[in-house]
Amino acid sequence: MARKDQLYRVKSDLPFYIGLGVLGGVYVVLILGMLVANSFYTAPGIFRNALASPEIQYAIRLSLITCSITTILSLWVSVPIGYVMSRYRFPAKSLVDSILDIPIVLPPLVIGLSLLILFRTAPGIAFETFFENVTGYRITYAIPGVILAQFMVACAFAVRTMRATFDQINPRQEQVALTLGCSQGQAFWMVALPEARRGLLVAATLAWARSLGEFGPILIFAGATRLKTEVMPTTVFLLMSVGDIEGAVAVSMIMILSAIVVLVIVRRLGNDDVLR
Amino acid sequence: MIELDHITVQAGDFVIRDVSMTIPTGDYGMLMGRTGCGKTTILEAICGLKLCVSGSIRLLGHDVTRLKPAERGIGFVPQDGALFSTMSVEEHLGFALVLRKWPRAEIKARVKELSDLLQIGHLLHRKPFGLSGGERQRVALGRALAFRPRILCLDEPLSALDYDTRLETCELLETIQQRLEVTVIHITHDRTEADRLADHVFLIEDGILREVNEHTSTARPG
Repeated sequence: MARKDQLYRVKSDLPFYIGLGVLGGVYVVLILGMLVANSFYTAPGIFRNALASPEIQYAIRLSLITCSITTILSLWVSVPIGYVMSRYRFPAKSLVDSILDIPIVLPPLVIGLSLLILFRTAPGIAFETFFENVTGYRITYAIPGVILAQFMVACAFAVRTMRATFDQINPRQEQVALTLGCSQGQAFWMVALPEARRGLLVAATLAWARSLGEFGPILIFAGATRLKTEVMPTTVFLLMSVGDIEGAVAVSMIMILSAIVVLVIVRRLGNDDVLR
Repeated sequence: MIELDHITVQAGDFVIRDVSMTIPTGDYGMLMGRTGCGKTTILEAICGLKLCVSGSIRLLGHDVTRLKPAERGIGFVPQDGALFSTMSVEEHLGFALVLRKWPRAEIKARVKELSDLLQIGHLLHRKPFGLSGGERQRVALGRALAFRPRILCLDEPLSALDYDTRLETCELLETIQQRLEVTVIHITHDRTEADRLADHVFLIEDGILREVNEHTSTARPG
């Protein structure tokens, strides 16, 4: 009976909070340490020298151009796929859903190798010949190969983003548009797509960032020829392999800065009502 | 006239079978029943958003069972309004008219007329974000009425509103129906709404729809 009168006490919460702080903190400190160390390793002089090299300038230009093309292609493909996966039921939908995730889970090198093998098959060779006749460019070991290698991975992330975006948009709005006189296509262009504008921007930035960092598939499928198929990650790899760490770090810094810009854009779009 | 002739509607795994009902032209029909009994599914079937497996739907004497939603001439106000977040109130009111390629001056005049009727003139340049529940319902009503549909489908238009707003909106619905002579089907689970507005009350119980007309005697004497 005496126990009943005692106040019920709970153990201190402090150890729990310390545990959360330490376990989580280690990782955050590691990320920041990595970036800070990187920025101290390079000096403005080295940075300038690196940027003056025509090979590096070419790589930066090629990276920016291919990433932008990849982003546009990814949006054209991911918007319809995301819309279909979110709005329609059809046979083998879960199978298609799994297939769409393959590029995300597959090791990047394997994607490059598989692409290369695909373009060694009869239909692959036929397509490449056709493509070369029409555009004048080869695909394998050429710039279109860089774009295709980037696209295979970047598009999978854009598809995921667009699907999640359309899942969050109430289909009622499109249904109302249908009753007001829209065809399915008009309801999509006039209502669903404008509602998805924020997701579109997030998908675009993600696709852009993914393709900027793409290395393994490009190395295997498009090669690492200087002034031809050399993108920024290839530069880092080539400079490292000849022991030019300063140069590699300088190029890495450019990629880190672009990654931070992308991160800030995605965060702002995700959290704020900047587009209202 | 809204006539459902033994319709069976399938929505995913949910099926509502053999439903018949008639609401004469210019009358106000109220559809009641518990949550999940299929009220919204029936409304969606009338609007053409769910296909009928069997049976037929006739609106104002025309068989619309196989018509697309756009071709049925129905003003549809879904439960939460489902406003378009990217458009201003003015664009909502003009939406159906732009689709029908009305001249700009006529659209402007119609938007003015609607905003006066619904008392939302001061909101024309606002977007849905930040509008009150009552204002959202008015905008959704205006958007649905813009192209002068003869049939109006309302899915619990009053349920999310506070008491005072509900009374106001109730009054507004009465005015609209009398002034525009539309045939209305209105889903609710509130008996007082039914008592006040309905000419015909339909109840769905255990998958069976029947007309219960005891309400009409109190609602509209004469």
